[in-house]
Amino acid sequence: MEFDLSKPQKMLQDSVREFLSRHCNLERVRELMETPTAYDAELWEGLTDQGWTALTLPEEYEGLGLGAVDLVAVTEAMGSFTMPGPFVSNLWAAELIAASGNDAFAREVLPGVADGEAKVTVALLERGASWDPTVGELAFEDRGDSYGITGEKLFVSDAEVADSILVVGRLGEELAIVAVARDAAGVAVEAMPAMDATRKLYRVNFDSVSDGTLVARGDGAEEALDRATRLAIVAVCGELVGGMQWVLDTTVEYAKTREQFGRPIGSFQAVQHHCADILYFLESARSAAYYAAWAVSVDDEGAESAVSVAKAYCSDAAREVGNLGIQVHGGIGFTWEHDLHLFYKRAKSDEILFGDATFHRNRIAAMVIDGE
Amino acid sequence: MDLTESPAEQAFREELRSWMAANAPAPFDGDTHSLEYVDYLRTWQRTLAEGGWLGITWPKEYGGRGLSPVEQTIFLEEMAKAKAPPIIGGVGIGLIGPTIAMIGTEKQQERFLAKMLLGEEIWAQGFSEPNAGSDLGSLSTRAVRDGDDFIVNGQKTWTSYAHVSDWIFLLVRTDPEVHKYKGITCLLVDMKSEGVSVRPLRMMSGDAAFNEVFFLDVRVPVSNVLGEINGGWNVAITALMHERANLGGAAHVMLSQFLAGIVRAARELGVADDPLVRQKIAHAHLGLEVFHMTSSRALSKVGKGEMPGPEGSILKLFWSDLNQRMVQWAEEILGPYGQLSEGVFEPFSYNYLRSRGNSIEAGTDEVLKNTIAYRVLGLPKSY
Repeated sequence: MEFDLSKPQKMLQDSVREFLSRHCNLERVRELMETPTAYDAELWEGLTDQGWTALTLPEEYEGLGLGAVDLVAVTEAMGSFTMPGPFVSNLWAAELIAASGNDAFAREVLPGVADGEAKVTVALLERGASWDPTVGELAFEDRGDSYGITGEKLFVSDAEVADSILVVGRLGEELAIVAVARDAAGVAVEAMPAMDATRKLYRVNFDSVSDGTLVARGDGAEEALDRATRLAIVAVCGELVGGMQWVLDTTVEYAKTREQFGRPIGSFQAVQHHCADILYFLESARSAAYYAAWAVSVDDEGAESAVSVAKAYCSDAAREVGNLGIQVHGGIGFTWEHDLHLFYKRAKSDEILFGDATFHRNRIAAMVIDGE
Repeated sequence: MDLTESPAEQAFREELRSWMAANAPAPFDGDTHSLEYVDYLRTWQRTLAEGGWLGITWPKEYGGRGLSPVEQTIFLEEMAKAKAPPIIGGVGIGLIGPTIAMIGTEKQQERFLAKMLLGEEIWAQGFSEPNAGSDLGSLSTRAVRDGDDFIVNGQKTWTSYAHVSDWIFLLVRTDPEVHKYKGITCLLVDMKSEGVSVRPLRMMSGDAAFNEVFFLDVRVPVSNVLGEINGGWNVAITALMHERANLGGAAHVMLSQFLAGIVRAARELGVADDPLVRQKIAHAHLGLEVFHMTSSRALSKVGKGEMPGPEGSILKLFWSDLNQRMVQWAEEILGPYGQLSEGVFEPFSYNYLRSRGNSIEAGTDEVLKNTIAYRVLGLPKSY
């Protein structure tokens, strides 16, 4: 039994950290937050040069063909920098294409994604804002040689910088995924300003869009979405762990140096216990995230449950860790000037992305109580 | 990451499982506070020891198997899955035996270890005192040298199984003049010695599994000092390290069994579709899964010969919090049934009361957090 990243995975993680410390320090993150898209073409090029944006894509589509544990190692490093931009949304969409079984479409699109020429995103949520893909109402129109789209999708990550949008909707009674170019006629993208400005959200309106390409439908579409979402959740859990580690390190350092009543505040038990609680949440979350990554990487029969367990736990833990980190810092922790809020906001957007703890506990309940 | 069991581990589990099916006794049918129950447990321990299943991590020369904590964990898991009776000499086997094996004299090892494994001698751990709980180093039970003996006077408390124990692993103060940690000695004391008396303490849950132990001019031969005279603090730390290493154990199996009981109860009460009930059950499930993952992570470190990292020290905190929450959720789901001592469902009212001790026994939450703060995070000591 080996419950840890392997040596090569730790080296990979170190190289991501080293790269980001040069190209994406928190000062740079703040600059990108202020831009409309939080997208940095140079940073993205650097990431694609290393192959990191196509880490888990199969080699036949020009990816590195690595597994979910490698992915969690990489996103943990990214999370400790609140790396801005479309990494997770692009990963989710690319994996969805790779899992769709539509080899022709995958060969057409994925090599471009792998070498950084193109970016993709998924449009899932609607007015009801549910992460359950089966409850959406948008219906595609089968026009013989192409598919028509009319309707609205919300909370679409990084839609402004994506070249293609994978729309999840209904085709008759079935779930279907239809791809459309971002600049196709009738596609309107409008920002939905949100608290985590390092990763932008959009409302995407489809007004009689006509040249959609069917990527998958029916069981194939559902399975592809499940698969891709599981991997994307692993990525998010890694980010959350990386963020929590930053909060722990920063908070403990502050508690050691900040003095009140003539002594470091870290010598007071009330403060010590907050710090110990942060470590407790962080290490428990790390166990859950690594375990889920392993279960996904070997296609373990418990992978679905492990992913929901990890997402539920990491989501709640990261929020609590942020709360405690701010509390220990006192007033300075509540300011715009301090970097804590970057991580606090990322923790919130990651908590929401792909379903929060309540959503995943619902899934767990179905598995545990109903045996589904 | 590779969480699959090796072929050798699988074979160990299979062998144990079939041995357990053939040898585990029928559940005890009678009063578990009776001497008959103690005899039943002693017999079970002998059966286990003769089957070669006790002292799995003990060195072979002391009757152990010389295997790793991974096999020890498999053993505890299979015991829990089979709902086998507890091991009455568990404190000895888990914590005192390994310490004697590490630092005892050859004579002590010969005298004590085999009988400890077989359950012929049950051991208690005499650490806490009325005025030395979390601050164990301030203990005041006195031992004064008199020729080849020490004469012991004082009182221990919260001593589990003392009422059925034959020997006690006792921390005493032998030098009151030096700094508190430097004047402590560890003695191996025969509970039948003149001057030893035991008074059971009842827990709020009603059972009397722990005791006060009084020492009045008790003579203990100097040959029964474990380790160095005035070197007892290190002996205690060694013992506690062994205790902590066992902690992950099979707790997740027991928590799963407990949760399965809650799910059954929810179905029988017709509330299994209630969204709030479902959230509570899911919360319990994810808690025990995360606990199991962190246990496995600590185990994989210990299995490689590393010390358990931060995972080890947070396991206890996680477990006590989870167990207390789980019984609380069970109570909420059961409603009026939750207060019953026996009857329709598992005795949840017992679990509810007993779980209050979880965040106190074997290190309070607060002391554990203090320890994490200065040992793991490097914050300044607060005392």
